[in-house]
Amino acid sequence: MDLYEHQGKELFAKQGIPLVEGFVVGSGEEARRIAERLGGKVAVKAQVQIGGRGKGGGIALVGSTEEAEAAATRMLSEGFRRTAVTRVLIEQLVDIDEQFYAAVSLDRSAGAYLAIVSSDGGMDIEQIATERPAALRRATIDPLLGLHDYQVTYAVGHLPAGAREGSADVLRRMYDVLVQNDATLVEINPLAQLKDGLVVALDAKVTIDDNALWRHPELESLQSAFPIDPVELRAQEAGLQYVKLDGEVGIIGNGAGLVMSTLDVVQLAGARAANFLDVGGGASAEVMATSLEVILSDPSVRSALVNIFGGITRCDVVAEGILGALERVTPNVQIVVRLDGTNAAEGRAILARAESPRIVTAETMLEAAHRAAELAGAAA
Amino acid sequence: MAILVDETTRVVVQGLTGREGRFHALRNRAYGTQVVAGVTPGKAGQDVEGIPVFDTVADAVAETAANTSLIFVPPRFAVEAVYEAADAELRLIVCITEGIPVRDLARVASYLRGRSSTLVGPNCPGVISPGTSNVGIIPGEICTPGRVGLVSRSGTLTYQIVHELTQRRIGQSTCVGMGGDPVHGIGFIGSLGRFNDDPETGLVVLIGEIGGDDEERAASFIAEKMTKPVVGYIAGFTAPPGKRMGHAGAIITGSRGTAQAKAEALEAAGVKVGRTPSEVAELVEGSLS
Repeated sequence: MDLYEHQGKELFAKQGIPLVEGFVVGSGEEARRIAERLGGKVAVKAQVQIGGRGKGGGIALVGSTEEAEAAATRMLSEGFRRTAVTRVLIEQLVDIDEQFYAAVSLDRSAGAYLAIVSSDGGMDIEQIATERPAALRRATIDPLLGLHDYQVTYAVGHLPAGAREGSADVLRRMYDVLVQNDATLVEINPLAQLKDGLVVALDAKVTIDDNALWRHPELESLQSAFPIDPVELRAQEAGLQYVKLDGEVGIIGNGAGLVMSTLDVVQLAGARAANFLDVGGGASAEVMATSLEVILSDPSVRSALVNIFGGITRCDVVAEGILGALERVTPNVQIVVRLDGTNAAEGRAILARAESPRIVTAETMLEAAHRAAELAGAAA
Repeated sequence: MAILVDETTRVVVQGLTGREGRFHALRNRAYGTQVVAGVTPGKAGQDVEGIPVFDTVADAVAETAANTSLIFVPPRFAVEAVYEAADAELRLIVCITEGIPVRDLARVASYLRGRSSTLVGPNCPGVISPGTSNVGIIPGEICTPGRVGLVSRSGTLTYQIVHELTQRRIGQSTCVGMGGDPVHGIGFIGSLGRFNDDPETGLVVLIGEIGGDDEERAASFIAEKMTKPVVGYIAGFTAPPGKRMGHAGAIITGSRGTAQAKAEALEAAGVKVGRTPSEVAELVEGSLS
């Protein structure tokens, strides 16, 4: 779960990381009031989870309350890079002396955490890593031992002398934010030293491990702030692994790898997937039926493809689920079904007996993908 | 011989008395695997169709000489089960559980460094050496004994490819499901190294997917160390960046972890990469003939 900047900053505030004074608002009118309270000179920042806000008009530095209102109104009505903006963050403008970068993140290949501090900030970190590798210092953190003082000293050792103490303090607190919230990424870009010497977090990027949300009921409420596609919401409520994509073949499979592979094979067959949907292992007829209903409710779907390789999942149960869905909804698209593995013969027999004009069976995954692509093309 | 599991494997199932644990333990036993014990705290003295249940792994090892653990414990308690198995010095720990917080896994990874236990998983289908031993949830009936080793981040995709191999009468030495989590036990490199040293394996199939750099690091290992041919497959060419595709580890971060980059890295290391599961089976067939 990727948090919005203002949500990340709430976690920072709790951990004592210095921030610039600011408030989240949902209208131009509120933006004006807050700007007035902050003295007129403010930064207006669209709350979106896309990078490049600075260059793309997602951040406006303004000198008056009227300008603050206008900027907020524009962002809220126009959105940012085709993404709706429902909130903007209004922050006091500050005098920046130097900009740095700091992050603590999961290093998945090392099975450890990694702290990175850069003496250059405010730009893309991958770009800094390529162009000015000497600006970066890294320290690998053993999750059993935590962040050592010597690692902190090293990590900030290339910053200007006056910024080291403040940055070291921020880095230690960032690691605390990561540990206490089960985050996989805590990033500040830029980390700024102000003219008065204070080191503050001007931005906040925090990713929380979805697998650990049960340990953090206080964070689950943050999720309600995310806009969600209606089909996605339905899938989420049914406990399905669903990702909306922009093609026309609705896809259901069991197991993440097989579903990803099915998406790829459909593309090779000349069509594009409308979604990723993994019913998981041992899916019941009810889960299968709900899955089919979910993808059939997507208006962009022109054909559907059910690709099941039964292990713990039983193909006869899958077949019953498909028929169950057809009793509840009348689809206007064809459904290509490929069943293999556990009880595949029984499953195929159930579908054959039903003689549904909506169901097309296929022997192999490849054949199924080609059929689904053809049907989607014909329905276009 | 094969790798990781063979006829000397003696399994203790942690979570044997749960629904999943019971179902798969009995399936593994029916396949011919020596399933010698189960562990569920508080249920010592009971049995599951003749498999004795103990309170702790240490008790199970003392009584039954178990050397391998198979874990079907819910995510909140699964890491505790891994620590317990490691402290009992089991040579192999196969953790099927999905949904373990990655911080817990990073701590486990650190703890296991320098210890004698090898972890497989979590969030994996387990390991099978066809005809000999099946430790996990891979359907034994789709496999057939032979000389192809497989290692994969995915479950059902492995079944698909094994199925295509078996249909072409190409058997397998061992299939390793390393799991779909970002931090995991044995990976491609650990499996490739073992397959390279295994006289019963003649060729290895590597099945990767988007996210992380396991495949890229495997490519370096293959270029430097592997003497046996490797055929590859990568899932997720059409996956968009920033979206988690089912597995916790299957996510393209910025420009990193794409299927394209992984396939190119493998091809540069001399690996033939199939674009569909069927093409993988064809490439294997071609390499063996």
